[in-house]
Amino acid sequence: MTEAFALALLVSGIGFFVAGSVGILRLPDLHSRLHALTKADNLGLGLLCAGLALLEGSLLIAAKLFFIWLLVLAASAAAAHLIAQQSLRQGTK
Amino acid sequence: MMATTLWMMLDVLLALLCLALGWAAVSSHDLRRSVVFFIAFGLLLAIVWARLGAPDLALAEAAIGAGLSGALLLAALRDEPGGTLDDDVSRGPLATAVSLLVVVLGTVFAWVVWQTIDVADPVRMADRISGELSGSGVSNPVTAVLLNFRAYDTLLELAVLLAAVLGILALGPARTPYQPAGPLFDGLMRWLVPLLMLTAGYLLWAGAHAPGGAFQAGAMLAAAGVILRLGGDTNSGLPRPGMVRRVLVSGIAAFLLVGLSTMITGRDFLEYPDGWAGTLILLIETAAMLAIAATLVLAYVGGRPDGWREGPGDLDIAGDGGPR
Repeated sequence: MTEAFALALLVSGIGFFVAGSVGILRLPDLHSRLHALTKADNLGLGLLCAGLALLEGSLLIAAKLFFIWLLVLAASAAAAHLIAQQSLRQGTK
Repeated sequence: MMATTLWMMLDVLLALLCLALGWAAVSSHDLRRSVVFFIAFGLLLAIVWARLGAPDLALAEAAIGAGLSGALLLAALRDEPGGTLDDDVSRGPLATAVSLLVVVLGTVFAWVVWQTIDVADPVRMADRISGELSGSGVSNPVTAVLLNFRAYDTLLELAVLLAAVLGILALGPARTPYQPAGPLFDGLMRWLVPLLMLTAGYLLWAGAHAPGGAFQAGAMLAAAGVILRLGGDTNSGLPRPGMVRRVLVSGIAAFLLVGLSTMITGRDFLEYPDGWAGTLILLIETAAMLAIAATLVLAYVGGRPDGWREGPGDLDIAGDGGPR
């Protein structure tokens, strides 16, 4: 039961990653692509971490995975902001 | 059976992706694109090392090969606006010679691996090392090799790094510093820099019994320096020049001091006395970590940081007794 739930989490996580990657390739301008990159991938990574933590079944590993996710969240939010700010300054799209 | 096939597919996919990214990195005419491909290639290589069961190498490749080298290349691109490769360079005789050399080297390496992979009754280094591991002072075989069995090699590696940083310092003043990055990056920096220092300390300590060690820990500290520089810190987190000089030589100095003291007590150079190996290795690694970190940060800074000419130890290169 737990395994099936973990599998569902992993598959939906991968789904978000695929959607994010398609978005980077298909969306028209930089600002929309940033959404695809940071939002979809962040959620995908969170789902993957949750699924892996369930599969592993250890609280310590779950905590580590959670902190990894938190770090990526902080880094990608800052990176998206910086890229957007720079493009705004330069007027590129 | 099913699982083996899946892993096999993953490995083949990794190998093909590595080849594709490597090709993309060298064949692209847009240098910025090449650098991005190179960074992706390094990260993929780190996964390959992890798949081969070499987490120490995976860590080093991700931190130094992809991370810091990538940052160095991007910093170099910043100084070279335009950033496209001339056809004269990419099709010239030098490019052909380099390609030929790479092909020959690759063939030789492949042949060597092919020859050694199925020698009958081989003497595998891994077996010998795990046999000797209990007396090495550490339980991580990689650290045992780097700082005990073949400590001499690591000493010379540190000497190479010192020579490289001397070259960098002789190149001239630092690259143009970055502007202060604004509140958001400052906030991130306040979290990341202490976290990187903590990680460096952990990797240094963990190196004795798990993947880690001076090189990985030094790369983490250097990453903190790079982040500080990107955020507009003119010192890149480095202490004042006199201190930096001491830190730069501290790795070799610790090695030599330990080696000479073992000689004074009647042993060979760097032959650790019984029961002391663990402590001495940690001492050397701590100094080496600081030296490696300072070297890598100076490589990123790309020359003498501000305020270095006024140092009392500066050589009078011009020979005219001018301002020291």
